[in-house]
Amino acid sequence: MELDRIRNFSIIAHIDHGKSTLADRILELTETVTGREMRAQVLDSMELERERGITIKAQAVRVTWNGHELNLIDTPGHVDFTYEVSRSLQACEGALLVVDAAQGVEAQTVANAYLAIENDLEIVPVVNKIDLPQADPDGASAEIAELVGDDAERVLRISAKTGDGVAAVLDALVERIPPPSGDPAAAPRALIFDSSYDQYRGVVAFVRVVDGAFRAREPLRAMAQGTRFEAEEVGFFSPTMRAADRLGAGEVGYVITGLKDVSRLRVGDTLTSERQPAAEPLPGYKDVKPMVFAGLFPTDSDEYPDLRDALEKLKLNDGALFYEPETSQALGFGFRCGFLGLLHMEIVRERLEREFDLDLIVTAPNVAYRVLTKAGDEVEVHNPAEMPRELEQVEEPYIRASIIVPKDFVGPVMELNTERRGRFDHMEYLSEERVLLVYELPLAEIVLDYYDQLKSRTRGYASFDYDVIGFREGKLERVDVLIAGEPVDALSLIVHRDGAYARGRALVERLREEIPRQFFDVPVQAAIGSRVIARETIKAKRKDVLAKCYGGDITRKRKLLEQQKKGKKRMKQVGQVEVPQEAFLAVLNLDGKK
Amino acid sequence: MSAGARHLYVHLPFCASRCGYCDFVTVVGRSGRHEAYVDALLGELELERVVLAPRLESVFLGGGTPTLTAPRSLGRLLNALPEAEEVTVEANPETVTPELAALLRRSGVTRVSLGAQSFQPRLLEVLERRAQPADVRRAFGLLREAGFDNLSLDLIYGIPGQSADDLEADLAEALALEPEHLSCYELEAKPGTRFTHAHGEELARQAEQMEWYFERVVARLTAGGYRWYETANFCRDVARDLRSRHNLAYWRGRDYLGLGIGAVSTIEGRRWRTTPRLARYLAALRGGERPEREVEELPAPVRRSERVLLGLRLDEPLSLAELDGAVDADAVERLERLGLVARSRGGRELALTERGRFLGGGVTAELLA
Repeated sequence: MELDRIRNFSIIAHIDHGKSTLADRILELTETVTGREMRAQVLDSMELERERGITIKAQAVRVTWNGHELNLIDTPGHVDFTYEVSRSLQACEGALLVVDAAQGVEAQTVANAYLAIENDLEIVPVVNKIDLPQADPDGASAEIAELVGDDAERVLRISAKTGDGVAAVLDALVERIPPPSGDPAAAPRALIFDSSYDQYRGVVAFVRVVDGAFRAREPLRAMAQGTRFEAEEVGFFSPTMRAADRLGAGEVGYVITGLKDVSRLRVGDTLTSERQPAAEPLPGYKDVKPMVFAGLFPTDSDEYPDLRDALEKLKLNDGALFYEPETSQALGFGFRCGFLGLLHMEIVRERLEREFDLDLIVTAPNVAYRVLTKAGDEVEVHNPAEMPRELEQVEEPYIRASIIVPKDFVGPVMELNTERRGRFDHMEYLSEERVLLVYELPLAEIVLDYYDQLKSRTRGYASFDYDVIGFREGKLERVDVLIAGEPVDALSLIVHRDGAYARGRALVERLREEIPRQFFDVPVQAAIGSRVIARETIKAKRKDVLAKCYGGDITRKRKLLEQQKKGKKRMKQVGQVEVPQEAFLAVLNLDGKK
Repeated sequence: MSAGARHLYVHLPFCASRCGYCDFVTVVGRSGRHEAYVDALLGELELERVVLAPRLESVFLGGGTPTLTAPRSLGRLLNALPEAEEVTVEANPETVTPELAALLRRSGVTRVSLGAQSFQPRLLEVLERRAQPADVRRAFGLLREAGFDNLSLDLIYGIPGQSADDLEADLAEALALEPEHLSCYELEAKPGTRFTHAHGEELARQAEQMEWYFERVVARLTAGGYRWYETANFCRDVARDLRSRHNLAYWRGRDYLGLGIGAVSTIEGRRWRTTPRLARYLAALRGGERPEREVEELPAPVRRSERVLLGLRLDEPLSLAELDGAVDADAVERLERLGLVARSRGGRELALTERGRFLGGGVTAELLA
């Protein structure tokens, strides 16, 4: 296909604003699928995606409209996947920005719209769900026009549900989005914007060809990683896989690599031909770095091998997932896992529990820290227990948070952000009623219960999104917990100096409530280095006897003691102290929060 | 053991009313059944006599309220039971009359255990006891006058609303009577009893305040010349051994036969409990049949565990000679370091230290392998 007859685009929308429904209508209208084949939300293949309304993995579908080849590149719906989103957007020249006529612009829409603008995409604004009784197409159009700096008149108004206005969207795509630029005669270059793993065919790369052409049976190379392989097949989705002779400049499709290890082919890398290698890779390759870490432990320690196998399998399809074995005093054997963000963590956890039927304990998450040691070494720390007690400097990840709220809630949101060490960046009125607040915050301040707080302080009206903007120095302290003088690694925390005392206090109080009394006094302390900042004592039991025991109740008394013994076996030994797993969970577990 | 059980328990379930905290098998009213019940007991004794040794060490009549049984029936029973070196009868103070005291004395009873529980009218009311403090003192005097030189008092502490002063007063009153033996139980609010329903929350609130009552009881009684020979039992520390021989048999893991409804027997590795239902019990024995029983086999490891849990209630060291594998060696080490247990005779004997005895339940749970 000639370049000027090709259009590559994505759909950007907040969850539930109708992206998948619009995609379905486009497939129908272009007769890519017949009515009988039509399944609601064809593009979302995983069970979980369908249920949560979130698209985890990008895919690309080719449709034809008025003699043009349109490639719809699906993007993940949440900026935990910013990196993936930006890869997808880099494969396009334009984007449909879809906003719900009843809901208006959301923080996520803003974050993704900014990404699209940064990628120089032509934005086609669309207001969806105009058929809803509570729809306010004028208000939504005004907001979206304000956001993208377009004329409100040019905002398309549709109902993806009924199909009303969708043909006009296709026309607008052809008219407004520029054709791809690229050189069909140059050495082949293609951007890998996504990949997936097929058990029989190995790694499948989703690519956007920029220059030249790719054919099956051709020896190829991934330029940044240097991975070499032969293309077993090239083709495109319409909507299922169709093999093709070639993928030409400007086109979008897949390459079956036969590689058995997803880590050998990174999203963002450039494919080129071994026979006619390109001199320079396409710009923009970077390593995906997990920012949020948490320990995952099987509730039943016998399930450890199952958890390991499950993580291995997930990793095949999720290059961003990081994991390494972790041993915790409290929770036994498990894995410290790294995620792009909180939603990514939630999805991984749910997939492990649902698809692999595992029962998990997930520890409270922490962020990645960059530490400069006294010896001058730079290390990255993923677990508070590994944080050196002596250090020169610590850096923590910062985010830029976009929060949209009705104007009455600006005060409470500012208050929350101030409590969370936020730095005000700016504020914009999206409409008379709705305000966009932009703050810079340490990521560590949002991983715990920021979102819940935001929701409760704005009565559920706030919409929130963030992207990571880099590492900054922080006045951070490692707070250790000592039970009867023994430090408990699993309970170490990294907190900002100003919050250390309060957090330490809360932690030891909670532990005093959770740890049963022992045969001796047990001090529970929180300490920074050798300085104790909080202390509680669990007083020794003074009596623990079965009052009566005669011939008639020996069996019952024996069973009571056996029960008590069984209870003790479930406890973890910290020095001389028996600590029930529940006590650790109360402090560590994401679900156990008060 | 094959020589037969030397300890006999006889359950007399009748009570005038049921105390709220009680979870024993009791029968309220039914005074017309006493004769029939004694007939049934004696019938059961005949059926089971083969498991008894020719000479018994102890007989114990417990209840219920054994002394509520019609005197004629009680006398007939006592006279028909085999002789033993120690014959104990439990008595409620309000049932003790000069006639009853004489009857017991005449019928070979050597020891009476009197359910005093408390000397505070207010607390007796909480416990739903019928006796008044004066009844306790009067009953005690009557039994002494009848010639009993081995009397035991039961006290309960940790009663809802019991202050530290109340406890001191109860201990002082009990000591003033100079009983040979004292049993002091912490009130157990057993789940499902009427009592727990009525007082459970109050008890939970007071738990911390009452936590040291046990220590106080032990301190006061030992200072008063009593030996703390079992978790909840004390006897005057004199040359004569005033420990309850019958109960010692339980704590030393001896075999015993129990007669009557709900009574438990343990003989040669097998434990059974006779039906707690009066009508069925009477009907079976009227027909000369053995009444229904619930049987529990006690395999060797279970028997060893029981030896440990029972033996460690005593103030005498437990010989580990035949208890291989019943005790967790690591736990012994750990608890010894904490000063809760002590080994003697080169590790062949084990005992709880004084502090260990206050924590005996938890310590034993940890010791059991």
